[in-house]
Amino acid sequence: MADKLHFSLVSPARELFSGEVDHVIAPGTEGEFGVLVNHAPFMTTLKNGVVRVLEGDAVRYRFYVRGGFADVTPAGLTILAEEARNLSDANAQDIDVEIEAAKIKLLELDAGDTKRAVYEHQISYLEGLRGALAN
Amino acid sequence: MPSLKDLKNRIGSVKSTQKITKAMQLVAAAKLKRAQDAATAARPYAERLAAVLANLAATTGQGGPKLLTGNGSDQTHLIVVMTAERGLAGGFNAYVAKLARQKIQQLQSEGKTVKVMTIGKKGREVLVREYSSLFTGAHVSLADVKGNDFTEAALSVGQMLTKGFENGEFDVATLIYSQFKNVLSQVPTAQQLIPAKAPEGAPAIDLGGAQYIYEPSEEAILETLLPRYINTQILSAMLESSAGEQASRMTAMDNATRNAKDLIKALNLKYNRARQAQITKELIEIISGAEAL
Repeated sequence: MADKLHFSLVSPARELFSGEVDHVIAPGTEGEFGVLVNHAPFMTTLKNGVVRVLEGDAVRYRFYVRGGFADVTPAGLTILAEEARNLSDANAQDIDVEIEAAKIKLLELDAGDTKRAVYEHQISYLEGLRGALAN
Repeated sequence: MPSLKDLKNRIGSVKSTQKITKAMQLVAAAKLKRAQDAATAARPYAERLAAVLANLAATTGQGGPKLLTGNGSDQTHLIVVMTAERGLAGGFNAYVAKLARQKIQQLQSEGKTVKVMTIGKKGREVLVREYSSLFTGAHVSLADVKGNDFTEAALSVGQMLTKGFENGEFDVATLIYSQFKNVLSQVPTAQQLIPAKAPEGAPAIDLGGAQYIYEPSEEAILETLLPRYINTQILSAMLESSAGEQASRMTAMDNATRNAKDLIKALNLKYNRARQAQITKELIEIISGAEAL
């Protein structure tokens, strides 16, 4: 369909979404932006935040992404997230458990360990996700 | 001539070995399925990322970041050898180690400095004997990877590499791993990680004459994209390597089971012959005893 935007959201683990949509709003590092069909070629880095997929004016899907890139080409929008979760599948209790687990792992590491940054990022992602769920 | 009891014992032990190899084969088959699924699921991301990088690299040219263009030297090479944590997988680990050895020798004969780092225990065990002086001491274990979640392991390797490159510890990093072609063939492959090589043959995106808009800037995007690209390459190599390991183990254990079956057949034949010979012998003794009366 000519008046639909092809949108795909992929994370290293899997492809979370691929299909035709009306409108996508994504959290760019320089600010949130919306992409409609026939957008100019555009590439940006993303920060942690919610990607909203709209059908008409209604929000159909919400994904919480961690960093990554958005690439808009004439073929459509591709979001390459480091990690992404569908907010309707996420559950606050599970995330609390994950946050605790990550914090414990962080405590076990030495101060100079390179893995620290990994867990710190993970925790800030999960906390953001938790916050997004609460809304 | 082994006694009947010896033969019976041997048949018993071969039978129990066969049970073990059969079980290992079944386990490997189940794990292979999961590993293959994980590798397939990770493919879209790797492909898209490669396409984005190819697209960016085509427009940056020479002035790009060092991770892409290199630091102008290729004197010190880091060889990253990725193998499995466990053996009993046919020639899986040996083939990777063999390619690593060839690569090291080739680089050394060219007068380059070679450093080695390993991922997975088996490669380390093999190479440490010959090349212990080349080891950087960096080793990433895959033992505590659960399921097929290699994300963390790939991240730590990626960080080690980018940090090492920034500190000037090496100029070129090459990953040696086993590429998963299909269940029957895994191909040991050398892949250059740093400086990053944009994939060849990626289709250029037709922009219809429009110019790309970069936010914040092309350089900044490349700067964040490159480490991630390297991580992704490591991750997909890990996934392929793990699928290959299971496939290789499955084939090896299948062969072992079949071999055990042949062995049992041969031993049974021998056992029956020996038993028959003994019966015949006893009969002769009885008959000759009766005749003597």
